Amino acid sequence: MSIRYGLLSLLERRPMYGYQLRQEFEASTGSTWPLNVGQVYTTLARLERDGLVAVSDDGGTDADRESQRVYAITDGGRAEVRTWFATPVRHTSPPRDELAIKLALAVHTPGVDVHAVIQAQRTATVRSLQEYTRAREAAADDLSWLLVADSLIFAAEAEIRWLDHCETRLARAARATRATQASAAPAKSVSRDGARS
Amino acid sequence: MSTPVLELQDVGREHGHGETTVHALDGVSLTVAAGEFVAIMGPSGSGKSTLLNLAGGLDSPTSGAVIVEGKRLGGLTRSSLAQLRRRAIGYVFQSLNLIPSLTAVENVMLPRELDGVASRRARREALDALREVTMDELAERFPDDMSGGQQQRVAIARAVVGDRRLILADEPTGALDSQTGEDVLRMLRARCDAGAAAVLVTHDARHAGWADRVVFLRDGILVDETAPMSGPESLLSTSSTE
Repeated sequence: MSIRYGLLSLLERRPMYGYQLRQEFEASTGSTWPLNVGQVYTTLARLERDGLVAVSDDGGTDADRESQRVYAITDGGRAEVRTWFATPVRHTSPPRDELAIKLALAVHTPGVDVHAVIQAQRTATVRSLQEYTRAREAAADDLSWLLVADSLIFAAEAEIRWLDHCETRLARAARATRATQASAAPAKSVSRDGARS
Repeated sequence: MSTPVLELQDVGREHGHGETTVHALDGVSLTVAAGEFVAIMGPSGSGKSTLLNLAGGLDSPTSGAVIVEGKRLGGLTRSSLAQLRRRAIGYVFQSLNLIPSLTAVENVMLPRELDGVASRRARREALDALREVTMDELAERFPDDMSGGQQQRVAIARAVVGDRRLILADEPTGALDSQTGEDVLRMLRARCDAGAAAVLVTHDARHAGWADRVVFLRDGILVDETAPMSGPESLLSTSSTE
């Protein structure tokens, strides 16, 4: 979906060859989401079929025909791009989040130290954040890439804050469990559950 | 390997005695090399600020050793410790402690003058440091006539003036908006790239992202750290190859 609109938006700038589109898409997004040649030409073929781009062919032999084709946006394509920018991206059904699933299962899986799972993830995500921060500084004059890098940085930060929050919740749940046990069996000394290492 | 700028060897810090002993730090070892930017993350009460105070000689460990530029702080006389603190270590804290009756440049000159540097030279160094934080044009302003962000930048200039090789920062972006906060971190980063060592205490992951290495502190113990970064081009290598 985003490739289709991505390529169309690039063609708003000027007509381009397929390989140029691929290069410009990657340059705009700091190579965060690399495209393969096949994806580009399949998408262009669909756009052509739908009348959103027009192709001018400057001849050439059959073998390199694909690389000789220049793509230009049509009026229909322009309308499509405008609609895309005017429409908010919808997150209707939450994407499957492996980390959330992992933690949800970790809390009730015997023998799993949830705190260790959280810390290992935190270390890995902070590490990604360091790399994004560095990459963003290295490309400080490229506005498009800055925005993409910021997006990666904020997503990583949000994940780390969520991990912190999970720990707080676990601590609170552990306290509540202890309190219930204590009031249920006031005569016995409460054994501390070994949730924390 | 040259001498590390900061070395904590199995450092412990306890408060109180007997039953009520609190281990603020327990067996912490950490080495920070010249040019290295280390961030310390952990929840409040995990011992982050204690660690920073020990590293800066503002507090003494109850066990282990703190070594700055090859000098064991515990073995120094009061006056040589004070001298090392003034000359080798720069502090940036949340509370800025700028002196209201002194201008920006005078605030930055102060530690150098206290150290016996001639006034003219101290002034030149102070202006250099202010230029680094793009505050040289406001050098003659008083703190009360500056915004919070400007005051913070002056405080940072004061922390790095002269040839401080160890910069200790405790949530230095506290009251700043995110853009100014970013500038502060960029400047700490630049200082490290120029050869200083910095230790930043923060609970903000985005700030820790500027560091070469992030260590995690919990209940006074170092529980984990990120692997050292490779060259700065690591992530960009795919995009830089045409």
